This record gives sequence, C-alpha cells and structure tokens, in this order.
Amino acid sequence: MFAGTIVFALINSFILILMAIGFNLTFGISGVANFAYGALYIMSAYMSWTMLNLLHLPFWASAVLSIGFTMISGALMYRFVLLRVRGQALSEVIATFGIGLAILELFRYLGLVGFEYTLPVFSNESFMIAGAYVDIQRIAIVLIGLLLVLGLWLFTHFTATGLAFRAIAQDERTALTFGIDSDWAATLSVSFGAGLAAIAATIIIPLGSIAPDEGYDVLIKALAICIIGGLGSTGGVIVAGFIVGFAERFTDTYIGSHWTMIVSLAAILLVLAIKPSGLFGRQKELEERI
Amino acid sequence: MLYLAGPRLLPAAAFLLLPLFLGVYWQKVMISVAVFALLAMSWDLLAQTGMISLGQALFFGMGAYVSGILNFYFGAPPWIAIPIATVLGGALCTLILLPVLRLRGIYFSMVTLIVPLMLVRIIEATKIFGGTEGLSGMTPLPSTLTEIYLATGVLLGVLFGLRRLMETDYGLVLKGIRDNDRSVTNAGINIYWFKTQALFISSTIGAFAGAFMTHVYMFVGMPVFALDYSILPIAAAVVGGGGTLAGATLGAVILVPLSEALRGIGGLRIVLYGLFLVVFIVAIPEGLFDYIQRKYHQMERWVEIDQ
Amino acid sequence: MSLPTALRVENLCKIFGRVAAVDHLSCEVRSGELIGIIGPNGSGKTTLVNLISGFVKPTSGRILYNGQDITRTAPHKIVCMGISRTFQMVRPFYRLPAYKNMIIPLYSPRVRQLAGGQYGDRNAVALDLLEEVGFERDAHVAYKPAGTLPQGYLKRLELAKAIALSPDLLILDELFSGLSLAEVASIVPVIEKLRLAGKTIIMIEHRLKELFRIADRIMVLNFGQKIAEGAAAEVMASEDVKKAYLGSEE
Repeated sequence: MFAGTIVFALINSFILILMAIGFNLTFGISGVANFAYGALYIMSAYMSWTMLNLLHLPFWASAVLSIGFTMISGALMYRFVLLRVRGQALSEVIATFGIGLAILELFRYLGLVGFEYTLPVFSNESFMIAGAYVDIQRIAIVLIGLLLVLGLWLFTHFTATGLAFRAIAQDERTALTFGIDSDWAATLSVSFGAGLAAIAATIIIPLGSIAPDEGYDVLIKALAICIIGGLGSTGGVIVAGFIVGFAERFTDTYIGSHWTMIVSLAAILLVLAIKPSGLFGRQKELEERI
Repeated sequence: MLYLAGPRLLPAAAFLLLPLFLGVYWQKVMISVAVFALLAMSWDLLAQTGMISLGQALFFGMGAYVSGILNFYFGAPPWIAIPIATVLGGALCTLILLPVLRLRGIYFSMVTLIVPLMLVRIIEATKIFGGTEGLSGMTPLPSTLTEIYLATGVLLGVLFGLRRLMETDYGLVLKGIRDNDRSVTNAGINIYWFKTQALFISSTIGAFAGAFMTHVYMFVGMPVFALDYSILPIAAAVVGGGGTLAGATLGAVILVPLSEALRGIGGLRIVLYGLFLVVFIVAIPEGLFDYIQRKYHQMERWVEIDQ
Repeated sequence: MSLPTALRVENLCKIFGRVAAVDHLSCEVRSGELIGIIGPNGSGKTTLVNLISGFVKPTSGRILYNGQDITRTAPHKIVCMGISRTFQMVRPFYRLPAYKNMIIPLYSPRVRQLAGGQYGDRNAVALDLLEEVGFERDAHVAYKPAGTLPQGYLKRLELAKAIALSPDLLILDELFSGLSLAEVASIVPVIEKLRLAGKTIIMIEHRLKELFRIADRIMVLNFGQKIAEGAAAEVMASEDVKKAYLGSEE
C-alpha cells in the first residue's frame, strides 16, 4: 500500500503542478492574476468536446485546436478588457474575476453536465507499478508534466521570447528600455497561461468529466499551490505541488479522504504564518517598489 | 440646507417608512437588500484601503456559524448571540487574514477567495457543525418588522457612520494607504496596524450580516460560505460606484430586487453579474452613484435676487 | 569639533542579486552638520538613504542613530525616532489639495507625541508649514490639487511633509532636481533655518554648485563605496572623484 500511495502521490503532484503552472506563469511575467483561469480550463475542455463529438474531428486535432483557441481567447481577453485597466491591480482582479464567473456560470446555466461530457483517455490499458494498477492516462500526466516543465525551462532560457519573459519578470522598466514591449509581453503571458491551462485540461479531464464546478476547483488548487510555492516562481510551484500532492495522497490513504482539503488549507495557513510570500517567494511588500 | 439634507433624509426616510407599506414578500426582499448593502459597504471600506476582497462570504459565514453555534449548542438568544458573533466573527476573520496584510494586494484577493470555498468543502467532508445538513431550528427574531428595522437600522448606522469616518483625517490615512502606502509609511504611520483596523471594521460588519441572517432563516449551513455572498456585494459596489459607501448601498438597492425579479432565468443571473462587473469596472468605474451625484450638483435653479 | 555623532554607518552592504548597491560603506554624520552626498548615477546614494530610513534592509553591516541600533527597525518606527526623508520621485496624492497632503504626516504618532498628546488643528498647522516653505498664502496655492502644481511646488510640498514630522535628522534626496535657480534660491533659506534650529541634514544632490554653498562636508560615492570625504574643494580636487565623474583615459 505504501508504494502504491507513493505512485499516486506522484501523479497527484503532477496534476497539481499542471493546474498551477499556467496561472503562475502569467503572474510571474506580467503581474496579471488571471482569475478567469479556471474558466479557461473548462472552456478549452468544452471546445475539445464539441470538436470531437459534433464536428467529429480526431482527438489530436481537437486538442491542438482547442489549445490554440484558448490561447487566442486569453490574448483577446487581455487586449479588450485587461488593457484598459492595466496597472490598476484592483480593477484587474475584478475584471478577470467577472469574466471567469460569467463563463463558468454560463456553462452551468446551459446545463452541459453529465457523464457524456468527457474527453477520451489516450488508451484504456494500465500497467502494474509497485503493486498498484496505474492507467496510461495517469502515466501520461506525469510524462507530459515533466516534458512541459522541461520545455518551459528551455523556452525561458534559450529562446528570445522566453528570455524576454524573464527580463520583464525581473524588472519591467529595464526590460522596456531594451525595447521589449510590455503590453505585447503581457498579452503573450495571459495567452501562454491560458494555453497551459488548456493543455492541463486535455490530459486531466479524461480522468473524470467536464463540470463547471471543476473550474472553481482548479482555480482554488492553482491559487493554493501558488500561495504555498510563491507567486512567480516555477520552482516554487513544483515543490509546492509535490508537498501538497504527497500530503493529500497520504492523508487520503492513511487518515481518510475527508481530511485532504483540511490538509491543503492547513498548509496554506502554515505557509502564511511562517513565510507568507511562499516557499520560494520573493515578494516583500515595500522593498520591491522603491 | 434642504439641498444638502434632502438626498440624505429622503433615502433614510424611505428605508424606514417603506416596510410599513410592503407585503411580506417584499419585506423579505428589503431585508435582503439591507444585508447585501452591508456586505457591499464592508467590501467598499476594504477597497478604499486598497484591499480587494473576493470573499465577503468569509465574514458572512463566520458570523453566521458563530451565532448559529451559540444559539444551537449553548442556547444563547439572538440578542446575545448576534452581538457576540459580530465581534468574534470579525476577530476570527481578521486573525486569519492578518499574515497576508504584509504582502502584495493580490495575495489578499487570492486568500479571501479560497478560504471560504475551502471551508465549504471542509464542512462537507468532516460533517462538523451539522455538515451538509447544517444547524436548524435557531431562535427566530420576534417579527418580520423587527427583522427589517434591525437590518435597516444597522444599515443606516453603518452607512452614515462610515461615511463620516472616511471624511475625517483617519479616513484620509486609509485612502492614503491605497494610493501610496510608501508615502504613508514615510509619515511615520504603521500601515499594517491601520489595515488591520479597516479589516476588523469590515469583517465585523460582514459578520453581523451573517449572524443576523442565521436568525432570520433559523438555519445555518455550508451555503453561507458560498461564492454568491462574495459576488453580489462586489457587483453592487462596482455598479453603484466604489469609494462612496452610498454607491455600494445604491448598487444593492438596484441589484437585489432586480435579482428577485429575474428569478425566472435562474443561473443566468450570475452570468449577468459577472458581465456587469466587467463592463462597469472597465467602462464606468466611478459607478452610478457618482453619476447621480454629479447631475444633482449640476442642477440649476432660478433664484430671486433682492434689488 | 567634538560634536556628538548623530548617525553612524558601519560596514554597510546591500546586494541586489549580484550587484552590490552599497559596498562596505562606513561613515559618520555629526549632530547639527549638513553633509552632502554626491556621486555619479548608480553609485548607491538613494539605496543608502533607503537603508538608513528603513525601507530596505541591508545584507550586512549596522546603522546606529544616537547610539541606538536601527539596522532592522521598521521604517515607520524610524520616522517616529526622529529621522525623516524625502523621496526623489515625488508622488503626492494628486487629487487632494496640497494642504490635505500634509494631513497624513500630521496624523503621525510622532507629531502627537511631540504635541503632548494632542493633535491640534491639523489644517491650520498644514497651511502654516506650507507658507513656511513658500506656498504663497494670499494666492491660496495650498488649496490647489497637488496634481495641478508644478515641480517646484511639489518639491516644496515634499520638504514640508518631512519638516512636519519635526525630525532631528532630515534626509533630502535630490530635492533640487528639476528646480530653477530661483526656486533653489528660495528653498535654501528654509534649509538654513532648519540648520540654525540644530537639525542634522543629509543632502543627496547632483546640483553641486548649490550644494557646496551650504554643505559643511561632502561625501562622494561610487559603485556603492565611499571614495572621498571632506570639504568641497579638496573632494573635487581628488583624482578618484574626477575619474568617477568623468571617466579615466584608459
């Protein structure tokens, strides 16, 4: 049982990391907290579903197209709404929150809930790992998670756009003097964050079904991981993902599934009490604004 | 004199006299208006100090549960339970949010959003305090009219009291913290202490609303921490106009009856709130109250001059 | 002169990432003197002010004020101890009238403490202070929204806000920047008056001519280090200082 718990804890960790990484990226680069994140996650899933079941496109095409459309939605959201309130953190929060709310509640209103609303798994087979049956889908989560994190690292360290992202994340004004367009980078950051949400949705949703409530859950989990790990730090997201992932899974196995949420909340409160800016966070309130 | 007093006395009189003419259904709506107006003003106070709360439900729910617990397990009557719940609920919420006051504003928004939602799931999972069923059979308040007048009384008290407070130099410090907290710190003022005070005032107002409603519904359960109690106050404050407290009240007066009237379209209402939020915050950030206020001050009248 | 030391900085370091903004800096400011701190851009002058006023915490080193260690003290407490500073980038509350901008410093615990527990009429005090720094009372300049005032008045407002806190040590960060000669000439008497009252003053400046006329002593920084210290003439004659400002011929 112990070994099996470790395996599932690993998988759970990657699920959390995949959920949080898009939100974290957007914030880390442009300081935009995209509270419509959960809504975009669910929206991309519904898009894939529509293309699969109504347009009868093959899975890969649907996935890629919906990821693309979600990225465009993110960019449009920035261009048409966020741009107008850019810099006023208060208004940005309310605007993204309002959009996310409208989208998720619209889906709920349209009644698109049920077992038929789900995305297909890669394969129905499973392997025996450490005494537990692990299906291909969950293995795919870990593998794709690893690839994604690695890919992001390579992207931000070796491509021009990626380096621009890091520059802006470190010091926006200096980056501006280098000719890096702040608005363009912010648009891309929201877009990429949305894309990551879509990728996460494509692999995680098949484990269950698509439901608007999932959107709120994803947002909660992403926020929790980012708070614990530290907003803006990819390393923080990974470490926090593992800590919470393992804590949740072990609590579930040995104590009882009712306690998993308490563990998460306790983790947040603990981090806030001891190191409020997160494990890897560098956010000192006044210091960074001198 | 009447020019200045009019706009203040008229709504106050309306709030106080209207209940006598309304049927029970609309009296209940008025109670709802008062409760959401309180939550909206609580939100507005925090927003004026630079903190954006996405979780008014936390204050509401905390007050609701404390009052419910006091009544259910200890038999405390409403006139004891509600005041205790107001202060205790407010204190608990302030303690929980204390650590994030030192961080960037976004953390405050994030934490206020997720804590109530997590509490919902925790109550559901651990079944404490009644779990999914909640606690029922609370002692009710003497009559619907008592309920209304208690609610509107507190509403008017908070409205005029807070507005007065924000006009003073104390209010200036709070608003200064939002505009330029570095400058306020440089003036030798401990901004975290002031933020804590604003948070406490705000959360006690919200806790009162929750404690009050527990005795109106004679029930408290998980739904008190639901997103609905967080969203409508923000929508009310944004539509009515942030920063004026009266705007928040106006927003509640508009949106709550509207919400009742639109009951037929069900879940679509929240979609509309979301859209309202976005449209108003982007296009009409000052809100309706500011518009009305400006138009009122622009009224021209003929005045007779003595020769 | 054996004046008591007001401020002592011991081996102060502040490292941002890999850059040492302040590099093992030590200095002393004697009570009642006016010391000017100069140096090319990026030499760490403003960081030093941020460190002294508590807005930034040092990586290592100590800061002592009247013998008390204030290295880790919170900025608002440092203000209450008697150190007051202005900011290089002036950001008033734009929508408020100038005199309302003064209310917040006048609301400070320090002001109440010095006034014996009473705040008094803050509005009146604000108007008086503004008149002292040159806001013409009869033109009602103090009532204008801060956002409509030109730079000269904004700088004076910033100075008034610092004075309102009755500091014993006043730090002025590039107060003269952006001001015309006439405006500088009108502010200098205010500073002189503060000196006569026994205040210790530190001035960060780029306007060397104006600074040299009023400073007792000059300290030169470059790359976070102190490279020269002394009377204006000897400091400007130093080879290191010339190299710092003008570059060398290698």
